[in-house]
Formats: sequence, structure tokens, C-alpha cells
Amino acid sequence: MFEIGLGHYLTLGAIIFTIGVVGIFLNRKNVIVILMSIELILLAVNINLVSFSMFINDLSGQIFTLFILTVAAAEAAIGLAIIVVYYRNSGTVRVEEIDKLKG
Amino acid sequence: MIFHAIFFYIFSFIAIISAVMLTVSKNTVHSVFFLILDFISISCLFIMIGAEFLGMIMLIVYVGAVAVLFLFVVMMLNVAQQKNTWFKSSSTSSHIPVGLLVSLIIFFEIIIVIGGWKYKPDLLNSISLNISSEVTNTHSLGYVLYTDYIHLFQLSGMILLVAMIGAIVLTFRRRSGLKKQSYFKQISRERKEGVDLVDVKSKKGVKINV
Repeated sequence: MFEIGLGHYLTLGAIIFTIGVVGIFLNRKNVIVILMSIELILLAVNINLVSFSMFINDLSGQIFTLFILTVAAAEAAIGLAIIVVYYRNSGTVRVEEIDKLKG
Repeated sequence: MIFHAIFFYIFSFIAIISAVMLTVSKNTVHSVFFLILDFISISCLFIMIGAEFLGMIMLIVYVGAVAVLFLFVVMMLNVAQQKNTWFKSSSTSSHIPVGLLVSLIIFFEIIIVIGGWKYKPDLLNSISLNISSEVTNTHSLGYVLYTDYIHLFQLSGMILLVAMIGAIVLTFRRRSGLKKQSYFKQISRERKEGVDLVDVKSKKGVKINV
């Protein structure tokens, strides 16, 4: 209980990952919250990599966390640009009303 | 050790609660605030576990750039006060039980993997890139990031460049009826087209055709 090991961090990562997935599945508001849920999922991956890196004493995990941070920043910028363009064209970002592709 | 445990539980509790609030809160601006709180508590955890550089980078990149970008877009698009229709709208309510079921299954699968993996003892043998206790975390990251991982580092720079250009190109809007400078026309203009030498006769004047 009071000995914090690798399992605690992995469990925290699992919980946050699942909350992110729930946010994507159940979201009915707007696409921005879905993007934030994707950020949560990437955060959970970062937690896993950093905790493994510290507990097995290997630095590679932290380097890959840096690259994941880079990709997350790029993804957020591109996704928000797409959302802004979509809002300008159609006037809404609600998930239910985004059905132009008729999928 | 007990203080470490107490701080771990505090920060992870705040992180989990703010992640839940991000998902269920009615106001999108509140969701962004909870995202910021989540990032801050996770970076505190990183600093606590010994990865100080990544914790600080998380603060700077996520809280300073990404979350502020989210906040900017949310406030610019005026979507903050849209009504949340959890468990109410009839057309979408069929997704919700299936989504909850699938995510519960995902959670239990991950937990089962973690629990079973704990009983496999001789997995943790790392031979490459050992973390030495003499140099700081930032030093040791810098030693390998610019030598062993230089290609990946430059590639991530390229990714950022492409993302920047892509965001600019996506949101760029060409308005019609706007008078703009044409640099090519300006530069390629020559003396023959611009200047006309005319002999001015006395008492006749010059006719200017523009």
C-alpha cells in the first residue's frame, strides 16, 4: 500500500487511458472535447513510458516520451486548424451534426 | 517512503478526478481547465519519480502551448455554452451502453495484463542507456538525445515544421476584392514600360495618355 512501485504508475496510466477512451466513445458535445480526450490518451502513454524508464533504469523511455510530446503538439495544432476551418464552413462543431460524409 | 506514497496518491487522485471532470463537464471551457489541471498533476508525478526534465517540458509544452491553444479555439468558436445531452437524446443513446461496456472491457484487460505481468520476475533486464546517478536527468537526456537519437530529433523538428505549415495553409483564407501588392509585378517592371521620354515642344505642351 505505502510502497509505490511500478504497478501503481501503470494502474494510473490505465485509468487515465480508459477515461480518455470513454471520452471519445460517449462524447456528444463537440469535437474539441474529443481532441482533448486524445491528449489524455497520449498522456497515459507518457506515464507508462516514463515509469517504465525509471523503474528499469533505462533512458530510452524518456526520449520516446519527448517524441510523443512533439507529435501531440503537432496533432493538436493540425486538429484545431481543421476544426476552425470546419466551423467557418458549416457553423457548427457538434458531433451529431458533422455528417457531411454520410458514413 | 510514506511521504512519497502520500504525494503519489494526492497527485494521482487529482489527475483522475480532473480527467473524469474533463469528460463529463457541461462547459467546454471548464473541460480545458480540467485538462490543464490534469497535465499539471501528471507533471508533478514525473518530477516526483525523477524525470524532472520531462515534467518541466510537459508544463511548458502542454500547459503553456497546447492547452492555451485549446482555450483560444474554444473561446473563438463560441462553443462554450452548448448544451450537453448525456443520456437524453434519443438518437444517440444507443451508443452509450455499448461504449461504456467496451471501455470497461478495455480497462479490465489492461489491469489483467498489469497484474499478470507482475509475476514475471526476470523481465526487467536493461543493458542499454543506463541511468547513472552522477549526472542529472537533463544532462543524461542531452547526452543521448543529440548523439544516438539525432536523426529522430531532426525528424521531429520536420514534423513540427510540417504541422506549422499545414495549420497555416488550412486556416489561410483568400478574400476576393482585396487590393494586394504583387511583388513579382513590382520587381519585373522595367524602364521601358515605366518611363517615357518626350520632347516637349514650345507652347504645345505634352499629351499624357495614362
